[in-house]
Amino acid sequence: MSGSNPYGSAPTHHMLSVLVQNRPGVLARVASLFARRGYNIFSLAVAPTEQAEYSRITIVVDVESAPLEQIVKQLFKLIDVVRISELDPRKSVERELMVATVKAGGTERAEIVELVNIFEGRILSVGADAVIVSLDGSPEKLDDFTELLRQYGITESQRTGRVALPKLDTATKVSKALNTQGKAK
Amino acid sequence: MTSKQTKAGKLGEKITGAEALIRGLEMENVDVMFGLPGGCILPAYDPLLKSSIRHILVRHEQGAGHMAEGYAHVTGRPGVAMVTSGPAATNMVTPLCDAFMDSIPMVAITGQVSTSAIGTDAFQECDTVGITRSITKHNELVMSAEDLPMAIRQAFHIATTGRPGPVLIDVPKDVLQNTMSWNWPTDDEVADSLPGYKPNTKGHTRMIKEAAQLILRSERPVLYVGGGVLKARAADALRALAELTQIPVVTTLMARGAFPDDHPLCLGMPGMHGTATAVTAMQKSDLLIALGARFDDRVTGKVNGFAPDAKIIHVDIDPAEQGKVRKPDVPIVGDCRLVIEEMVKAIQELLQGGTSQADLKPWRSRVSGWQEQFPLTYEQSEPGGPLKPQYCLEKLRDAAPEGTILVSGVGQHQMWSSQYWRFNEPYTWVNSGGLGTMGFSVPAAIGAKVGRPDKTVWAIDGDGCFQMTAQELVTASIEKIPVKIGILNNSYLGMVRQWQEMFYDERYSEVYLSPDTPNYVKWAEAMGCVGIRVDDPSEVEAAIDKANSINDRPVVVDFRVDAREIVYPMIAPGTTNDAIMLPPSQSGRKEFLK
Repeated sequence: MSGSNPYGSAPTHHMLSVLVQNRPGVLARVASLFARRGYNIFSLAVAPTEQAEYSRITIVVDVESAPLEQIVKQLFKLIDVVRISELDPRKSVERELMVATVKAGGTERAEIVELVNIFEGRILSVGADAVIVSLDGSPEKLDDFTELLRQYGITESQRTGRVALPKLDTATKVSKALNTQGKAK
Repeated sequence: MTSKQTKAGKLGEKITGAEALIRGLEMENVDVMFGLPGGCILPAYDPLLKSSIRHILVRHEQGAGHMAEGYAHVTGRPGVAMVTSGPAATNMVTPLCDAFMDSIPMVAITGQVSTSAIGTDAFQECDTVGITRSITKHNELVMSAEDLPMAIRQAFHIATTGRPGPVLIDVPKDVLQNTMSWNWPTDDEVADSLPGYKPNTKGHTRMIKEAAQLILRSERPVLYVGGGVLKARAADALRALAELTQIPVVTTLMARGAFPDDHPLCLGMPGMHGTATAVTAMQKSDLLIALGARFDDRVTGKVNGFAPDAKIIHVDIDPAEQGKVRKPDVPIVGDCRLVIEEMVKAIQELLQGGTSQADLKPWRSRVSGWQEQFPLTYEQSEPGGPLKPQYCLEKLRDAAPEGTILVSGVGQHQMWSSQYWRFNEPYTWVNSGGLGTMGFSVPAAIGAKVGRPDKTVWAIDGDGCFQMTAQELVTASIEKIPVKIGILNNSYLGMVRQWQEMFYDERYSEVYLSPDTPNYVKWAEAMGCVGIRVDDPSEVEAAIDKANSINDRPVVVDFRVDAREIVYPMIAPGTTNDAIMLPPSQSGRKEFLK
């Protein structure tokens, strides 16, 4: 996992939501396919879905559209892959979670608490000269928050991979919202 | 299967995992398997003693894999190989990768250390499914004896449907030893267990119609036929399409035999060592109808200079092949036989509806002009002069009984085999195309002969290749599998030598093997074969007649051929197909290819 930050609406930012059978080794199959074809995974989130026999893998990839089409087709060839949806960032809701340990001595502590409140984040742990903060939200919001925290000194931070689902609006039925490339019946 | 009794035993009967494994193979109609026992797979070899399945004991696990491939090539049925864990599994890696590249249906069963020992670096443990993940269509570590029947059914289903390929089942020793309740999943249960596997076989009707219109409109079409046509058993459908439209056909290395070489529309093999006509017809074409072909770099040369004026109809059962190398104008995902049959119907309907086909006469006459000017050629052998490898092949071809299966290794001899044989029937050519596995031919020929004992099987090998897997001739002798091996022995790694001659200023580096070691006749005899040595062109026919007359044991003919011989035509790597290098006797006429 490397490469420049593809957050935002950069043209190389693609999100794939991959529904897989929940079986041993399935993540390794998906990950090694990306490695074998030379594509970078920028972020990855894996968890079981509402149906226990399936997991959903949300992958943010940093590729142009043409290789993306090829990688989607290659992913389809994995027997355990059931469905792939490409999520358009403009038509999706995306969430990430971050936790960070920030230096917070003296007067700075109050400033950090204020910042956390403004962003609707939380303080998870308090030490003598540092606090651990958490924030969930869109990747852009997390970027802004990180940037503002930087002046105090971030000792450690960790972000989850992105999870996303297609956006709904009053005119959209759920069945139409997924730009799904399922396998042939 | 609704009855309480499968043909291999009663449902619910308590048996061991090992018995279930062998029963499962019997249920899948496996008649022969290739393998070598060892520690972790040992339990599976016990029920084999009372099984109907013939087991062929190989001398090296790689041999088992290539034999399974050879068997699958000529029968169309999945080849089965069974070996133990660790080093045996890693020895199976090359054949699995070979089968993956060439879409060969194959099921490999490997032993694994007991479930409790997995991950402890136990004796002969390796991460077999991890190692083979990227070179199998699918693989599975079976963790419970109860799961074995489903794993076997899935493996055969996946290996043989859609784009065929190798599937590996890794079975820990305790899974083989544990007791299970015999079961055999139904077709529906198998399908339900694989919600992510539904290959599309029927092509899109509108796309097929569009293709039919494009075919009738085009003035310089070529049928670009790949191995998928053979996998789909589509040779008859292809012939109907070619004869209906009178469009010339090229058959790739993987498709030799899919269309008869003797047919007037056949232009032979395209690609790096293809005929000048096949290469040039594709270059000048305005429409390539790619059928089960994958625009391999050995066919296209430099991709951005390949068939620059051609539109592309691409028929392939694997959606990932569409647009992988060249963007098609009409992509059709489906089984080649079904799609070609529909295409023929669509063309007939258009013709009956009054659409007429563009006049192909000018194109056909241009093509036949190239055929006249640029036949395959080499300097003939004279008695007392150097023995030419192409001459040996021509004599072998002319003396071969009808329907002879030709198997080859990888290198110069492979290209000459493809060029100088006349493949007039499908499934008579077995070779390692995608992976280019030296050492393929001896074991693959054995597997082919096991699959088609009624046919003569000749393997053409190089001396470099032969030394990689020759020990399987011991297997062939002991198992009474009378294959015939012709070594085109030039004492060199010939194709590497050719590249060093052409692209490295004749600086020969580590390509000279030896003029006299090994002694192939003695080696053949030591392995229970008949060994024959041929030094002079005058001896060739008698040696071949003798080899063809022996049917009770393998024969090895050591043809001592001219090491200076070069495979022509050739397209140098990195150049476009317009830069084809012709044999010296034709290079003066290159302007005819314009």
